[in-house]
Amino acid sequence: MNFDFSQDQKLLQKSAQTLLKEQSSLAQVRKVMEAGEPYDRALWKHIAEAGWLGSTIPEQYGGNGFGSLELVLLAEELGASLACVPFSSSVYFAIEALLLAGSEEQKKKYLPDLASGKTIGCFAMAEGLGSPSPGALKATVTEGKLTGAKTPVVDGEIAHLAVVVAQGAKGSALFLVGLEGPGVKRKRLESMDLTRPQAAVAFDAAPAELLGSEKDGPALIAELLNRAAVPLAFEQLGGAVRCQKMALEYAKSRYAFGRPIGSFQAIKHKIVDMLVISDLARSNCYYAAWALENKTDLPIAAATARIAATEAFEFCSRENIQTHGGIGFTWEADPHLFFKRSKLLALWLGSPPLWRERLLAALEQKYVA
Amino acid sequence: MDFNDTPEESKFRAEARSWLEASAKPRKGSDDIFSMFSERDDGELVQAAKAWQAKKADGGWACITWPKAFGGRGGMPMQSVIWGQEESKFNVPPNIFAIGIGMAGPTIMTHGSKEQKDRYLPPMLRGAEIWCQLFSEPGAGSDLAGLKTRAEKDGDMWVINGQKVWTSGAHYSDFGILVTRTNFDSPKHKGITYFIVDMKSPGIEVRPIKQISGGANFNEVFFTDVRIPDANRMGGVDKGWGVALTTLMNERFTIGGGMGMGSGFGFEDLIALAKRSSWGEGTAYQDPAIRQRLADLYVRSKGLQYTGYRAITALSKGGIPGPEASGGKLVFSQMLQDMAALALELQGPSGSLTDKSVVLQDAIWQEAFQWAPGLRIAGGTDEVLRNIIGERVLGLPGDIRVDKTVPFKSIPSSGDAS
Repeated sequence: MNFDFSQDQKLLQKSAQTLLKEQSSLAQVRKVMEAGEPYDRALWKHIAEAGWLGSTIPEQYGGNGFGSLELVLLAEELGASLACVPFSSSVYFAIEALLLAGSEEQKKKYLPDLASGKTIGCFAMAEGLGSPSPGALKATVTEGKLTGAKTPVVDGEIAHLAVVVAQGAKGSALFLVGLEGPGVKRKRLESMDLTRPQAAVAFDAAPAELLGSEKDGPALIAELLNRAAVPLAFEQLGGAVRCQKMALEYAKSRYAFGRPIGSFQAIKHKIVDMLVISDLARSNCYYAAWALENKTDLPIAAATARIAATEAFEFCSRENIQTHGGIGFTWEADPHLFFKRSKLLALWLGSPPLWRERLLAALEQKYVA
Repeated sequence: MDFNDTPEESKFRAEARSWLEASAKPRKGSDDIFSMFSERDDGELVQAAKAWQAKKADGGWACITWPKAFGGRGGMPMQSVIWGQEESKFNVPPNIFAIGIGMAGPTIMTHGSKEQKDRYLPPMLRGAEIWCQLFSEPGAGSDLAGLKTRAEKDGDMWVINGQKVWTSGAHYSDFGILVTRTNFDSPKHKGITYFIVDMKSPGIEVRPIKQISGGANFNEVFFTDVRIPDANRMGGVDKGWGVALTTLMNERFTIGGGMGMGSGFGFEDLIALAKRSSWGEGTAYQDPAIRQRLADLYVRSKGLQYTGYRAITALSKGGIPGPEASGGKLVFSQMLQDMAALALELQGPSGSLTDKSVVLQDAIWQEAFQWAPGLRIAGGTDEVLRNIIGERVLGLPGDIRVDKTVPFKSIPSSGDAS
């Protein structure tokens, strides 16, 4: 057993850190956010040129054929930097769905432009309040035309291509829908995390292509959610660790009662708890990365990582504000950016209670099987 | 990154398994899954444990990571984990040698003289001699350096007077590691001296302490003019604090690291319990609120297990166990407390019974429930562990101290106010 990343993988992570430090500082994140930009176009170009978008795409489709272990390290850095780019939508969902279920023709048609960043992808499942199971969704594809309303869709405003969960002829399935063609209306929604805008996307007989076979629909949807959950968990991990470090730095430099506040056990112990919870999440994330790369034990590993990373990011982002005191509650200080990103990531793939239920169901299956 | 055994590891695993198959019976159901907390430390059990340890020593399995020079296997930390995984599948006597092998042994290897290593390590490894730890005192627990047990030089002997407490296994131990005060005029950390003491020495009296669980496997140990040869001193006179820190770090690794590495500690037993407990119209396992808590416990137990694997990977690459090991113990003891609490709830009104004719799984969860509060205190309380991580890992400033630089004798203590 070797429970660590390789030297090459760590070098890649280091270079990602450097790139994001230069191109996506929190000052830059704020600039994009406050200008109301849907994403940071310059940063998108940089990461496309660095080849990140093609991490999991084989070379014959325009990717660099790295792998999941490389992807998750990039995800950790993107999460830590709060980068304002549709990376997760394009890479964990659109590209992953094509790799998972796309025909040879679909892969050839879509992957090269997704790899170069020319095409931006997104994922549309939710239909308003709540987290229904895929089978209970209302959007429907009939004779190759999608009708229905998807809300919210992260990056739905800017994406060119959506992977949509909808009812087909034989139940729920994955569909590819061009967002710039006929029958698509979209509008940005007001949201808490302004660094990652969300939209309402309405389809009225929009042309839709099936991904994979209809009868495998539910299994493919579950597999896609599990696969996406792993790099998303790494984004959450990156965010959690960043919050812990921010709190630590502040506790060392902020003085009260004539001493650094970090010398008080009430603050010291809080930051230790942030470290411990992040470290446990890291271990669960590492296992999930291995499971993803080796196509083994993924349903359990993905749910475990997602639950742990969600809990870690929520805890650390909340307690980071608390450690900062009054300044932490201001718009001008940075903790709220992480606090809001944490909630977006926690809810995006369905709330934590659903993932706990998914986990138990997966355990049941493993031990019965 | 690879979770599977390397070819060398799988060869080692096969070798371990085949030796175990030839030497022990497989574990059935919940046989002794909490044997490490077991109250059952009667003479018969001690003899069985010693016999098993000697058998392991003959087979070369007693101390996987100890250097060959001291009779160990000279193996890698990962091999020790593999051995632990395989051994846990067999019904073997509880390990009562952890204080020796996990704590006293590494301390002797680091700070002991050649004579001490030659004399004490081989029988420790074979389980022929059992060790206990004489550190805490009634007035010195978390603040260990506040200890007052006095050691005075008399020729080439030292004379010990004072009292130790919370000493697990003192009543069946052959030797103890002992910290004493040799200088009351220096600051507290600079007047401590570390000894090896023969527990059969005249003047030592061991009195059992009854615990909240009703059992009594730790003790008070009283010293009245106990004589220890100077040859049994480890480290310099007044320089014992540094030696004690080596023991404490290994203690946290033994308790925290060791425990997290089992596979999904007790979780499958918890699921089995939920499935057998009537709950409304169905079973507890079908209750969504229970399922949420089970999922959280699974996630925590896996996080702990994989964190252990990360630590082992770092060790295999030449790292040494650092203060990070404190985190494992912190998480484990609270998790055990939460698991046990849930397990009792799952049993409904019967959960408060310990009668094995009624409760399931041999009342192990009731035992765990009553043990867990102690685990959060022993070997560094949750609060002390957080200080250690905060200060040594995160580099946060220590609390303002009023006792560090003044002579030990002028520090106020609990009795002074009355």
